[in-house]
Amino acid sequence: MRQDSLFNLALYFGGFVAAMIMVIMFGILFKGSVLSIKNFGIHFFFGEEWNPPMEKFGLLPFVVGTILTSILALSLSLPFAISLAVFLGIYCSRGIVSNILRHLSDLLAGIPSVVYGFWGLFFLVPIVRNLEIKLGIMPFGVGIFTASIILAIMIIPYMSSMIVELIKMVPRELVEAGYSLGATSFDVVRKIVFPYIKSGVISGIILAFGRAFGETMAVTMVIGNVNSVPKSIFSPANTMASIIANEFPEASSGLYLSSIVYIGLWLFVITFIVNLLGNLIIRKFRAGENEF
Amino acid sequence: MVIIKKQEVKMMRKRFLSLIIVVIIFGFLPLKAEIELVGAGATFPYPLYSKMFAEYYKQYGVKVNYQAIGSGGGIRQLMARTVDFGASDAYVDDKGIKKFPAPIVHIPIVAGAVVIIYNLPIDSHLKLSPEVLADIFLGRIRKWNDEKIRKLNPDIELPNKDIVVIHRSDGSGTTFIFSDYLCKVSSEWQKKVGRGKVLNWPVGLGAKGNPGVAGLVRQIPGAIGYVELIYAKSNDIPFASVKNKKGNFIVPSLESVTLAADVPLPDDMRVSLTNTDSKYGYPIAGFTWILVYKDLANCGMSREKAKALVDLLWWMVHNGQKYATPMHYAPLSEKAQRKAEVIIKSIEFEGEALIK
Amino acid sequence: MNFRFRLFFDKAFKIAVTILSTSVIVPLILILFHIVSKGVSSINLHFLIRDQNLSESGGSGILNSIVGTFLLITIASVFSVPLGIIAGLFLVEVKSKFVEFVRILVDVLHGIPSIVIGIVTYLLIVKPFGGFSAISGGIALGLMMFPLVVKSAEESLRLVPYSLREASFALGANYVKTIFRVVLPTCIKGIIVGTLIGISRIAGETAPLLFTAFGNPYFNISPFKPVNALPLVIFNYAMSPYEEWHRIAWGASLVLVGIIFLLNMTTKIAGKKWEVQF
Repeated sequence: MRQDSLFNLALYFGGFVAAMIMVIMFGILFKGSVLSIKNFGIHFFFGEEWNPPMEKFGLLPFVVGTILTSILALSLSLPFAISLAVFLGIYCSRGIVSNILRHLSDLLAGIPSVVYGFWGLFFLVPIVRNLEIKLGIMPFGVGIFTASIILAIMIIPYMSSMIVELIKMVPRELVEAGYSLGATSFDVVRKIVFPYIKSGVISGIILAFGRAFGETMAVTMVIGNVNSVPKSIFSPANTMASIIANEFPEASSGLYLSSIVYIGLWLFVITFIVNLLGNLIIRKFRAGENEF
Repeated sequence: MVIIKKQEVKMMRKRFLSLIIVVIIFGFLPLKAEIELVGAGATFPYPLYSKMFAEYYKQYGVKVNYQAIGSGGGIRQLMARTVDFGASDAYVDDKGIKKFPAPIVHIPIVAGAVVIIYNLPIDSHLKLSPEVLADIFLGRIRKWNDEKIRKLNPDIELPNKDIVVIHRSDGSGTTFIFSDYLCKVSSEWQKKVGRGKVLNWPVGLGAKGNPGVAGLVRQIPGAIGYVELIYAKSNDIPFASVKNKKGNFIVPSLESVTLAADVPLPDDMRVSLTNTDSKYGYPIAGFTWILVYKDLANCGMSREKAKALVDLLWWMVHNGQKYATPMHYAPLSEKAQRKAEVIIKSIEFEGEALIK
Repeated sequence: MNFRFRLFFDKAFKIAVTILSTSVIVPLILILFHIVSKGVSSINLHFLIRDQNLSESGGSGILNSIVGTFLLITIASVFSVPLGIIAGLFLVEVKSKFVEFVRILVDVLHGIPSIVIGIVTYLLIVKPFGGFSAISGGIALGLMMFPLVVKSAEESLRLVPYSLREASFALGANYVKTIFRVVLPTCIKGIIVGTLIGISRIAGETAPLLFTAFGNPYFNISPFKPVNALPLVIFNYAMSPYEEWHRIAWGASLVLVGIIFLLNMTTKIAGKKWEVQF
């Protein structure tokens, strides 16, 4: 029996450590940002200028960059992700084509971010650059638009596999009842499947947003690395993640380093909240659907 | 249903333990007791340092792990004492030196040129003046066929293209040298932007490292950027000749940099070479330094390692200099070399000099 | 009328969905095609068995980076797998409000950006210990792998029916023995699959390594020294202007994607074969 209580202690220890990881991370980020927080407070979020030599730091350019790329990426990827999910979940849920598509989608999801960035740099950027030349604007090639496209490609498999899982959760009886009443596939999708999985889809969108928000490597390589608020979707910019990647290794002064860690803290808090929200919604969905 | 038998569990435990032991042994066992020095910093001299360290390893068996993360990174990591030495083309000023936990020294290794590269469908060297350069990087001159540029280059057919400015996104000594120069020649630049490793650039795109800038300029038609000479040469990127203080248009080269480096040298070798008074000197040149703690015991190394580091530095300013010329870096003049020797001899370990 | 409309929309929808779905393959095939076609020219025995050495005329190799990647993965697994299994056990075996709290925290950890984990690891390990090392990189990667191991451990443990434990109790085993001799071995293969999934996720991570593993042109298997890794090679070389370095980066990309692909395949096959069965 002593072995049992020791074991129980070990289990509690494991759980404790798992919980402490987050607490410690927050603590370290907070401690590192204290100087910057004292200096700027919440106004850091709205500060428009990121000027290390003059020790003026503001988060707004990067917040705008991050939000623009994430939202654009989500909007671009949503139609494709949903179509793929509907295709794999309803139209073609078995068979060779379905297997191939599913494996390919998994493969897409497995490609590392840095390889996406590399590919984007060499194949997407020239295309966007030519587009910009045709449109008569500065032929950067890099910028928010390019970063959003790469992000969208990265999100699609993630979202679609989540939605396929949700579609599979719809009770077969409901779907068949729909068909037996003369509904077309379109009707079934529109009136039975989607209403059923609505909250799950919302949760998926939120989680995908969180993922796009924190994506670092691919974005850093194609976003243009400019520390001002972007003026158009073709502007070069920086996201909260990419500015950290660019300037963390050399932030030397106390305030500079502290400001960068402060960005990390904001990133941590925002992704924490977003992920919490997404997880809670999908938990509620799963709990609710178990009633069937 | 699987219930693992007692013997199997014992075997698995043994295998696991032996694996852990192997990893630990490999971790603690310095194979052949090799000395490994870790350094970080500038991309400006990276091609040269790569060659130097590779040769040094061949000759002396000492490994030098140098990562080019930018001058700012080098200074910062040295401050944090996570590396044995830092490398920077921006010397640390008195204010910055106070931030270090212990005194540091700057050892000059070579001098190099910051050249202005561009992506234009023209054949000859573009000629640029300090005023035009400042205006371009301030965003005042936006097109290549602007009158001011045309006046300097009457024989060149300049296109009606936008000027796409490329600058550094990371903390760069190359940026420091360039902005130091611009401060000296343009009061507007001095007021608006200033000098530093990281700047609030009025216009342009950011790229990481000298390689990043060269890469982007190569790809974007109408781009202009600033890199160390070798990055332009080894990629066949055209670069401009710049009008110096005495009014001559100087093509950046080993010779014109050597001339620019012929200035009175302070004992601690922290000196700027930009906007040189020399008649044929290239105006945007600078030393690149290796920074170490004056007393290496402050850096968490053993006496053996400290000696190896000092030997490396001695070699770099003597025998290592021969690798500079083929790569278009200007080797140290005799004056500079002697000053460097004095500095290296002053490096101590626990109060005792390492090279007598 | 109504009927025709509905049929039309149905067909239109089906066509739209099919087109959009198959067009998802377009970027994937492009990416794979480019990686393979550009990378294949760099891959030869030379490339794979030599270290990074830029001034040798024979050209550079990526052996030290491949070894570095494996070293980092090993260290990450050593940190995350045992802890992850214990945490998984905690989530399944213990009945208390605290459990739900921990589960949410672990799920949220999964979504934390890798660069933030890199910052924390730098501040926590690299700076105080005064040096970059493979261990710090491994810990950062381990932090990212941890939620995946916990999740798969929890799921696998849940799949073991309670009847199995009851049988073990009936035979006189105590709680600990039941867990270690009966429950865990039954679902260990599921846990291994989860670990492999975690590994394939972290194999390609770059951001946390930027400030921890640091990079190293020499061959290194010591956990206490800096180490290079395939994603770092790709990142550093991709943004250079040299054709030679680009070729190396493509080769490294091909090797990295190949490793991840193999891991994925193994996971899929093993997952099917090793499902918890009774």
